[in-house]
Amino acid sequence: MAYPANYRYTNQHEWVDAKGDVATIGITDYAQHELGDVVFVELPKPGAKITAGKSFGTVESVKAVSEIYAPVSGEVVEANADLQNTPEKINTDPHSAAWLIKVRLANGAELKSLMDAAAYEAFIASKGKEASA
Amino acid sequence: MEAANSPTIVDTRKTPLNALHRRLGAKMVNFGGWDMPVEYPATGGLVAEHKAVRGSVGLFDVSHMGDIRVRSGRAPGSALAAVQHITMNDASQLAIGQAQYSAMLYPQGTFVDDVIVHRLGEDDFLLVINAGTRQKDIDWVRQNTKEFDCVVEDLSDSFTQLAIQGPRAIDVLQKLTDTNLGSIKNYWFTHGSVCGLKNVLIARTGYTGEDGFEIYVPSDQRTSEQVWSKVMEAGREFGMLACGLGARNTLRLEAKMALYEHEISDTINVWEAGLDRYCKMEKGDFIGRAALEDAKSAGLTRTLVGLEMVERGIARDGYCCCNEVGETIGVVTSGSPSPTLGKNIALAYVPPAMSAIGTPVYVEIRGQKAKAQVVTTPFYKRARKAAPQAVASSTAKTI
Repeated sequence: MAYPANYRYTNQHEWVDAKGDVATIGITDYAQHELGDVVFVELPKPGAKITAGKSFGTVESVKAVSEIYAPVSGEVVEANADLQNTPEKINTDPHSAAWLIKVRLANGAELKSLMDAAAYEAFIASKGKEASA
Repeated sequence: MEAANSPTIVDTRKTPLNALHRRLGAKMVNFGGWDMPVEYPATGGLVAEHKAVRGSVGLFDVSHMGDIRVRSGRAPGSALAAVQHITMNDASQLAIGQAQYSAMLYPQGTFVDDVIVHRLGEDDFLLVINAGTRQKDIDWVRQNTKEFDCVVEDLSDSFTQLAIQGPRAIDVLQKLTDTNLGSIKNYWFTHGSVCGLKNVLIARTGYTGEDGFEIYVPSDQRTSEQVWSKVMEAGREFGMLACGLGARNTLRLEAKMALYEHEISDTINVWEAGLDRYCKMEKGDFIGRAALEDAKSAGLTRTLVGLEMVERGIARDGYCCCNEVGETIGVVTSGSPSPTLGKNIALAYVPPAMSAIGTPVYVEIRGQKAKAQVVTTPFYKRARKAAPQAVASSTAKTI
C-alpha cells in the first residue's frame, strides 16, 4: 500500500494529514500489518486535548493491546465513529476511511519534526531488514 | 503505535522448523524463551487460522513442548510408582497406548506444570510438558524420582512435534499413514508409519478443543520440513492452514484449557483451578496430596470462572476484577475476543461467592470499569459424534 506523499509520519507508525489548522490522524499500513486483525478501537471524545508524543487511545487486535501516540498536540474535533462497529476497516483502509481522529492543531510547527513519506518508507524498510537479520 | 506488551529480546531457542516459519513470513514472538510463529499473515492470520481449526483443519509446530521418558530399571513397576508419586492423576488406570491429562505438583498442592502422561509400555511412560517450564520440569522429575529404580531421559530435543487439529484432521493424516486412525480413541495413541517414517508416535490429543492428532517425528531439520510440507500438501483440499501460537491460545481459551503461568502456577492449587477430576486423591500418596487435603477442608478463597463481557471492552491477562462498588475481588488470567463466538471472553479468579452463573463482575480496563458476567464453561464445546455402543468398548478391557 502506498504512503500518501502529502502526509507526515511518526516513528510510532501514525500518520497526519494537515489541512489548514485541522489535522486528521490515523495509523499506517505498516502498523495494521504488525497488529493483525483489529477488533477494538478506543478514541478520545471531541473536546479532549492530546499532546504530541503522549498516548491518546488504543487499538486492539485479537492478541494484543497497542497504544496510539499523538503525532501533534491539539484539541479533538471529531473521532471516527464508524470504527466502533467496524474496527476491521483499519486493516483494509488505514490511510483513508479508517482515520482515527481530527484535531485542531495547537502548534503547526510540530509537523516539521515528522517524517515525509520517503523518509518513513526508508524507516520501515530498515525495520524490515532488522527483523529478517 | 507501540505494542504495550512487546517481549524483551533475549537469546531464544528455535525449533527445527524455525527457518520454514520465517520463509512462510510468519510473525515471530518469544514464547517461554522460544522463537515461535504467532500467526502467518500471508495466509490470513490469526482469525483465519482459528476458524480453519474449528471448521476444517490446521497445522501447528509444537516442537517447543518437552518430552520426558520414565522407564523402570530392574524392578518392574517402579516407573509406574515414580509417575504415581510425581503426578496427581491415576496412571495405574492407563492401558498401554493410553494417555491422560495430569499435573506435577509442589508439596503445597500448587503446580510445577500440567502434563500429558502417555503409557508406552507396562514399565515405560512419556510425559509431555510445557516449553516455558522444560528445564524446571526435568530437574523436578529427576530430583523426585531418585528413590525409585527408574531411568529418566530428556527426549525433548529428539522430536519435532506437529499438531494436526480440526474436524478434518483425521482425513488429512489418514492420507499419510497405513494406521487406521479411526480406531485410535480420544487420548489414546499408537506407533505407525507416517510419510514413510517408521515407528512415529501418533496420539489423538491436542490443545484446541477439536478432534486432532499430535505426531512425533525425528527432529532433524530436513525430516521435519519434509513432514510439515507433506502434511500441508495432504491438507490442501481441506483448506488446511499453518497455525501459530495466537490461534492456539484463542482455541484453548474457548475450550477452557489451562495455560501455565495463567490459569495454573506455583501459587494456584488444584481445587482453585477446578481440575478436581484429574486429581485422584484415592490413588494413594503423591507429592502435594497432603496440602490438598488441608486445602479442601479449609475451603476455597478463589475459584476459576468464565467471563463474558457485557459492556464494550476486552479483558486481558492480568486485569483486575472488581465488584459493583469498585473493590478488587480477583484477576483475569486469560482474556481475548473469541473468534468462534464473536464475543469477548476471559477466565478469571474470583471469590466462590461470586462464581454463580450470571453474577455480574466488573473488569478494570485502563482505569474504567467494564461490566462482564459469569458464564458456563467451556465457552466452546465441539459436537461429538454419537458414542460407539458399549459392546465395542468391551474388547479394550484387560483381564
